[in-house]
Amino acid sequence: MAQHGMDPTAPLTGEPTKKTRRKLAKEMRTQLIGFGFMIFLTTMAFISIASDEIPSGFAIPFILLLACIQVVLQLYIFMHLNERGNGWQNIMIWTAVLIAIPTVASLMLLLGIVKY
Amino acid sequence: MADQHVQTLPPSPEKATLEGKNKYLGFWLFLGGETVLFASLFGTYLGLRGSTVDGPGPSELFHLPLVFIMTMILLTSSLTSVFAIISMKKGNYKGLLAWMTATVLLGATFLGLEIYEFVEYVEHGLGFTTSAFGSSFYTLVGTHGAHVAFGIAWITTLIIRYRKSGLTLTNAPKFYVAVLYWHFIDVVWVFIFSVVYLMGIGG
Repeated sequence: MAQHGMDPTAPLTGEPTKKTRRKLAKEMRTQLIGFGFMIFLTTMAFISIASDEIPSGFAIPFILLLACIQVVLQLYIFMHLNERGNGWQNIMIWTAVLIAIPTVASLMLLLGIVKY
Repeated sequence: MADQHVQTLPPSPEKATLEGKNKYLGFWLFLGGETVLFASLFGTYLGLRGSTVDGPGPSELFHLPLVFIMTMILLTSSLTSVFAIISMKKGNYKGLLAWMTATVLLGATFLGLEIYEFVEYVEHGLGFTTSAFGSSFYTLVGTHGAHVAFGIAWITTLIIRYRKSGLTLTNAPKFYVAVLYWHFIDVVWVFIFSVVYLMGIGG
């Protein structure tokens, strides 16, 4: 992409186009809604543990579910994985998750149950 | 000649050059590696968290209000770094630097609270070598804290180095990737507060 005459160290000047401005305004809204939702999920998780009414048999799976939802929100909203052209980025992070799950499971079994 | 040294602002300055695109792709590969690193630490913690020997256990040590405040601070710092990138795409370089500074300050507050927390736990009798729970807890949460410290140093370096240069096609990908790293720190913290603190208190 480095065309002739393109100087990557030159300060960028000019205003974004109208289309970009509209896109950024929409993006700002999406990000703020996402943030509000993340605050809500976090608060729900803390309340479900802090409250004595909710039994831990329900609260533990519930907070783990909330954590998974929040992580997916963070990846796709804050980290923009939902944008076009991010196919390889998606493959990399989900491959890592695919490796991470058996890693956590086997360590829990080997250290927590089998011990030695 | 003077005209050649002026670039107009593209819609996504962080991906306008091949170098920027490669940085963006390579960084996600790195984040994949980080995911597996933290998975191994989480697995170790989950396997060993019941082994407290004579030392204090999770439910005696952890306090929900402090963890809640830390979580909110880190989540807000993630939002300020989002604002930084939106400012960057608008071509507002001063806004980018200001929001990045806000992110660093919030991150430093988080780190300060974490150090306070660790000091408190040591005073309550949980050292690194007290029990398997202590070792795995400090390793997991400490590795996350080290990432926060590294992120703070990284973003501070960027702010100082590019304080006068204005937005360029060279530094746009650098800021963008640093923000991705910051978001990833927040992603890991979501699992830490759920798995370590909330599960430690709730069962």
